[in-house]
Amino acid sequence: MADRLNALTSLGHSDPVTREIGPYRIVERFDIALASIACRRGRDKDFSKAAKGMVPLPDPAGSTQGAPYSSFWVAPDMWFVEAPFATNEDIAEELKRLFGDSASVTEQTDGWARFDLFAPDLAPLLERLCNVDFPHVEDGFASRTLVEHIGCYLIRRRQGEVTLYGPRSSAKSLLHAIETAAASVL
Amino acid sequence: MSRSHRIAGGQIDRTSTIRFSFDGLPYTGHPGDTLASALLANGVRLMGRSFKYHRPRGPLSAGSEEPNALVQLRTGARQEPNSRATVAELFDGLTATSQNAWPSLRLDAMALNDRLSTFFAAGFYYKTFMWPAAFWEKVYEPMIRRAAGLGRLTREEDPDSYDKGFLHCDLLVIGAGPAGLMAALTAGRAGARVILADEDFRMGGRLNSERFEIGGQPGADWAAGAVAELAQLPTVRLMSRTTVIGAFDHGIYGAVERVSDHLPEPPPGKPRQTLWRIYSRRAILAGGATERPIAFENNDRPGIMLAGSLRAYANRWAVAAGDRVAIFTNNEDGLRTATDLHAKGVDVVAVIDARADGPLLPGIRHLRGAEVIDTRGRLGLTSITIRQANGRTETLRASALGVSGGWNPNVNISSHHRARPVWDEAILSFVPGKAGPPGLSAAGAAAGRLSTHGALASGQTEALAALADLGRASRAQPLPEAEDAPVSITPKWYVAGGKGRAWIDPQNDVTVKDVKLAHQENFTSVEHLKRYTTLGMATDQGKTGNVLGLAIMAGLTGRTIPETGTTIYRPPYTPVAMGTLAGRSRGKEFKPTRLTPSHAWAEEQGAVFVEVGQWLRTQWIPRPGETHWRESVDREVLATRRSVGICDVTTLGKIDIQGTDAGAFLDRVYANTFSTLPVGKCRYGLMLREDGIVFDDGTTARLGEHEYVMTTTTANAVAVFRHLEFCRQVLWPGMDVQLISTTEAWAQFSVAGPNARRLLERIVDQDISDAAFPYLAAGNITVGGLRARLFRISFSGELAYEIAVPARYGDALIRRLVEEGRTFDAVVYGTEALGVMRVEKGHVAGNELNGQSTALNMGLGKMVSRKKDSIGMVLSGREGMMDPGGYRLVGVKPVAPDGKLTAGSHFLDIGAAAVMENDGGWLTSKVYSPHLGSDIALGYLKAGDRRIGERMRAVNLLAGTDTEVEIVSPHFFDPEGERLRG
Repeated sequence: MADRLNALTSLGHSDPVTREIGPYRIVERFDIALASIACRRGRDKDFSKAAKGMVPLPDPAGSTQGAPYSSFWVAPDMWFVEAPFATNEDIAEELKRLFGDSASVTEQTDGWARFDLFAPDLAPLLERLCNVDFPHVEDGFASRTLVEHIGCYLIRRRQGEVTLYGPRSSAKSLLHAIETAAASVL
Repeated sequence: MSRSHRIAGGQIDRTSTIRFSFDGLPYTGHPGDTLASALLANGVRLMGRSFKYHRPRGPLSAGSEEPNALVQLRTGARQEPNSRATVAELFDGLTATSQNAWPSLRLDAMALNDRLSTFFAAGFYYKTFMWPAAFWEKVYEPMIRRAAGLGRLTREEDPDSYDKGFLHCDLLVIGAGPAGLMAALTAGRAGARVILADEDFRMGGRLNSERFEIGGQPGADWAAGAVAELAQLPTVRLMSRTTVIGAFDHGIYGAVERVSDHLPEPPPGKPRQTLWRIYSRRAILAGGATERPIAFENNDRPGIMLAGSLRAYANRWAVAAGDRVAIFTNNEDGLRTATDLHAKGVDVVAVIDARADGPLLPGIRHLRGAEVIDTRGRLGLTSITIRQANGRTETLRASALGVSGGWNPNVNISSHHRARPVWDEAILSFVPGKAGPPGLSAAGAAAGRLSTHGALASGQTEALAALADLGRASRAQPLPEAEDAPVSITPKWYVAGGKGRAWIDPQNDVTVKDVKLAHQENFTSVEHLKRYTTLGMATDQGKTGNVLGLAIMAGLTGRTIPETGTTIYRPPYTPVAMGTLAGRSRGKEFKPTRLTPSHAWAEEQGAVFVEVGQWLRTQWIPRPGETHWRESVDREVLATRRSVGICDVTTLGKIDIQGTDAGAFLDRVYANTFSTLPVGKCRYGLMLREDGIVFDDGTTARLGEHEYVMTTTTANAVAVFRHLEFCRQVLWPGMDVQLISTTEAWAQFSVAGPNARRLLERIVDQDISDAAFPYLAAGNITVGGLRARLFRISFSGELAYEIAVPARYGDALIRRLVEEGRTFDAVVYGTEALGVMRVEKGHVAGNELNGQSTALNMGLGKMVSRKKDSIGMVLSGREGMMDPGGYRLVGVKPVAPDGKLTAGSHFLDIGAAAVMENDGGWLTSKVYSPHLGSDIALGYLKAGDRRIGERMRAVNLLAGTDTEVEIVSPHFFDPEGERLRG
């Protein structure tokens, strides 16, 4: 067997980066495995039964934290499932075994770059980045949105913490947009 | 320098001094000043020249409606032309220069135009530059364009940045005068999320310029108290220096916040301005009203301004615009200016009141039934000539004249959805109509409620109505006491009888005579009037002149003003810099980039990149000693065909398609069949549009019973995904199909060439011999135990594979492929070599998939299955598209081996003239084939499949090439496909 390949972060480094700009902390996350699950047509009961107690299925525009699986809603009958990469790298296979043929499962881990944003008040930053009414939505809110023409998912973990998933190939552009907006707020 | 014109009071900070310059001369002002107020305080009235006649001009107003006092602010790259001195906030070191004057503002040579004004009447250009016709483009237009415009751009790059952002609220209040403040207080106290936006740097609107009392305290103090309370309310956001520029669909308003315009330059990292998109459930327009002038002879001299503005300069900025002041009014409000100035000790020489009746002002010479008929003063007003009710004329020495013809509610934003304002006879003005933007109402002066009490009351009423709409119960609160004087106005649009010019729109030098001429020449529609005379154009958009012009046209036509109507109001309300609209999208930040997994490695090799949409792809990788791109590309092609080449193809769209109906779904979206594809195999697919034209192509693999992965072209990745989603959600919602993009998730590399298998055998863990992994096989494999995918497909005609690993391992994989490839002299090739090899093999790509071509055109007609229904199948069989004489894909090579081909050349028979009638088709893609040692091309040729072996000409009139060519099969290389199956 050939040697195993080494992994790089979406920004092209061995380790994820953290940036501090004023009150804002931007943390690249490289330790999350991700997969999409979509309920197959007419298989709602089987799908829900398989998910019960294992994979949360939040309502539209919502997310739910769990262990090892957390998830957020992305489209009708479709969710993204998160889990620790260290223990669940092959998340798609795990979920396929769990859901059987009641769901379509697709690995998404490396489709996305993830940045977690922290600050006492993230609203001034986010209102310069995307069209999400951040002060108004509740903790757990999840939505598709655009950041400087980059399609992203935004999850409000709590008032001072947000997760942004953006396309992996645009990780540098996305980080640049966040840093620029943060500097603009100061 | 003139003596100071500062008087007592005002809202300026006299404890601090600001130094600035105008036309190179130094002046001082105070925080709180605008450029106009500071210049007036320094005795400078002359601030600009008019557009057409180069007439000397000073400020007409004290606000954003200003047509005259346009200057160039700042210097160098930050210089901004056509800036209104009346709203330019003074800062230390501000540099302003006059514009549209040469050699100086005081002595402008182009003022000769004024002497020739007889010739420059409305329609001058249309009548004068008619002949000879050939002169228009080459002589007249360049000449007129040179003379046009006011200020000048420096042509230096704007050094500042601009932000964009998004805000959300229950109620947007536009304008922070008494109505806006009361509306915001009402909604904010009820807990609603309120945004209060005002274009001024000090909130309060007219209260800052009046001596009215509210609740027993000066109006400005009440406003400051209201602002302080609002600032404490947790759901209220105060946005001063923010102009709401337009109402757009679905409760969206555009607003420009001038973040740093009051500073010498933006602090590091900060934008100069921010363009906000405000999503508001309800909105109240409380933008106040704009005073309008009365037209009379020579009413445009510096020193003549709107009476309310004259009052504002005195009350807010503590400036007496003249030492001897006269007032010309047709309404009660004009008298306030006289009273206020008189109270501040300014010499009010007379009030010329067009109204015949009513009480007289005490202590001031108040002439009823009188009018101003002329003025004097070359660079500034020195005297006015009046005609009293008894017909007697008299000349009065005056250095300032305040004119009030009534107040126009600022209806603009309420009309942005084409709602026509309605005429209110009581105030002789238009007020907002009912069909404005949904959710928007008007309050205060913007709604025609011109008293302070009326403003407060309507602000509260409209806010309560908005709250009720939003399901928030709230009650009316007692209003503070405020003046509630009724409007007393008599129609007086212009002073008739004079022979000289009376200005309506001073910015465009439109006079009463121009309107009369437009009427005489039958341009009586308001839209014609605007375009024939230029009334209401340019930076002020006719805020002071429009209604005046309409009223005069109404008088000429015998129609009423509402019958005459108004032109359409459009965003933006005030001028917006182009940079603000662009935001961060400029230069390298114009759009985000997408980087391939091999990007870092390729950069290390000195690769040349090409933009493919947002992707940056390796175009070729020069090696030391290579001085021309062709050397690199030829080497990459030859090395691949000789041994093995590696190319990053991650950018190709990848769509995961699963579900029990996935195969049937693909049968419908592809022209050929996929439901019969065995698991572990892939197939080339052709996708048509509804009209039968080819949409996209690519390879789709079946990885499981109900699991496919589709590959699209890089260019169409998003379009195909969107199309599939449309099909899934709208056309066939009953099908069990789930889609998701996986383009980013996998780093995918093409490994092509005779040694491709040998190289991959060193990488992958499985047996990939021809027997184990034959041509068009596809499946999951492992690389050092890591999950991976392998597809045996070829775009180059070589034995080829595409290997994919999760994207995070892509960098490691390219490095390993290169390292292991050293044994085989492997090369990494870019998109140019890719293009050469696909043309050699006769594969269609973007140039052939041009949105006009069918499968039959491409020689792929047999791929459109008639055994099943699919999108585009029926319409691809239309008679015209099945024409045997239609275009067919052919190969082209020059008869002479060194003959040059150019893409875009047209096929002509030998000896035929280069005219459209003889056009046989065109060359779509041209490359140099190092394998064949000559230029080769693909092209669409009429009945091309029957012309193989014929000689024609490839003619490109633009490039100046005319080459004799031979029409050949598009498969230049290995037409039997033996190599790719090897």
